[in-house]
Amino acid sequence: MKLRSPLGQARGLGSAKSGTHHWWVQRLSSVALVPLCLWFVFSLACMSGADYSTVQAWVAQPWVAVTLILFLSAMLYHSQLGVQVVIEDYVHGEFLRIASLVMMKFAHVALAAAGIFAVLKVAFAQ
Amino acid sequence: MAKFTLPKNSKVKEGKHFPAPAGATDVRRFKVYRYDPDSGENPRTDTYDVDLSTCGPMVLDALIKIKNDIDPTLTFRRSCREGICGSCSMNIGDKRGGSNTLACTKAIADFDGEIRIYPLPHMPVVKDLVPDLTHFYAQYASIEPWIKTDTANPSRERLQSKEDRAKLDGLYECILCACCSTSCPSYWWNGDKYLGPAILLQAYRWLADSRDEATGERLDQLEDPFKLYRCHTIMNCTNTCPKGLNPGKAIAETKKMMVERQI
Repeated sequence: MKLRSPLGQARGLGSAKSGTHHWWVQRLSSVALVPLCLWFVFSLACMSGADYSTVQAWVAQPWVAVTLILFLSAMLYHSQLGVQVVIEDYVHGEFLRIASLVMMKFAHVALAAAGIFAVLKVAFAQ
Repeated sequence: MAKFTLPKNSKVKEGKHFPAPAGATDVRRFKVYRYDPDSGENPRTDTYDVDLSTCGPMVLDALIKIKNDIDPTLTFRRSCREGICGSCSMNIGDKRGGSNTLACTKAIADFDGEIRIYPLPHMPVVKDLVPDLTHFYAQYASIEPWIKTDTANPSRERLQSKEDRAKLDGLYECILCACCSTSCPSYWWNGDKYLGPAILLQAYRWLADSRDEATGERLDQLEDPFKLYRCHTIMNCTNTCPKGLNPGKAIAETKKMMVERQI
């Protein structure tokens, strides 16, 4: 039985005094991803059918390796922010929500580390 | 998790049929959601065939005619019958689908064939077409919708330039009918914490008021991942508003103010 007043329930635990940073960096990362995505898709399309040594030589260029790492970081950071919103929207049990948020964040960091390592490994392969 | 199907005791069943009187010339069928918590029965939809030749032009006129002449047990809210009190907000549609609107300003002629009438979506139902808006009103109270000043009260009215007054246009007209909030999926899934478009438009009405001195405190109170940032610009609110207002824009302006004071 809930005996708390409607106003008490509506106020709840009060404002978290946060959320703007999340909203702002979600927009910043999406702006960054516009050129990065276009460049990535265009580059892949240009190299369709190319053999490993051609692609390796491409990745080994310093500016390509750096841009690939920027693309992976921005993409996974943006994805992490977006999936967080989806979980907050739809997953309602407290334990389930916190557990899925933690797993999701760990998975994104692991994917980013693996992706960056892969770029470096190919770039420095010889 | 969010629930996408109705619980067993909320499944809507087919109800009674009230045929039109003999000799009726212009018959229109109304299918109306009925629920009586005291009966312990599932909700049902009753079908009323209304003779429009003896009925006013609006959906509310038909509901009043049903209550007066056909079935006095039908329960709904209404007061001003001219779109200013916000009492008769409900979900009205036909075979093409429905939307939240005011029964008093929605013409029967706008619909094709059978008219389907349901209470505002995803709210607890008190009876038939009457939703429980207690939490909605408490959320309105929680934004403290009154002028706040620290300057000593002036001996005359508080002055406001014409330009500043114009900033309240499109905000002050809101009648708190709850059509927008109850059309918002974010409000459906997280309405316990998310304030919803109606309350956020009202909050912005005070943020935009040049006479108010508590803008910063108001922004502090709103800055929350759930209270404000559950809005994902779905825009159902703006599409459904029976007063033609734009809660989506009011929320976007609030988010801009949040960024403005940080950057």
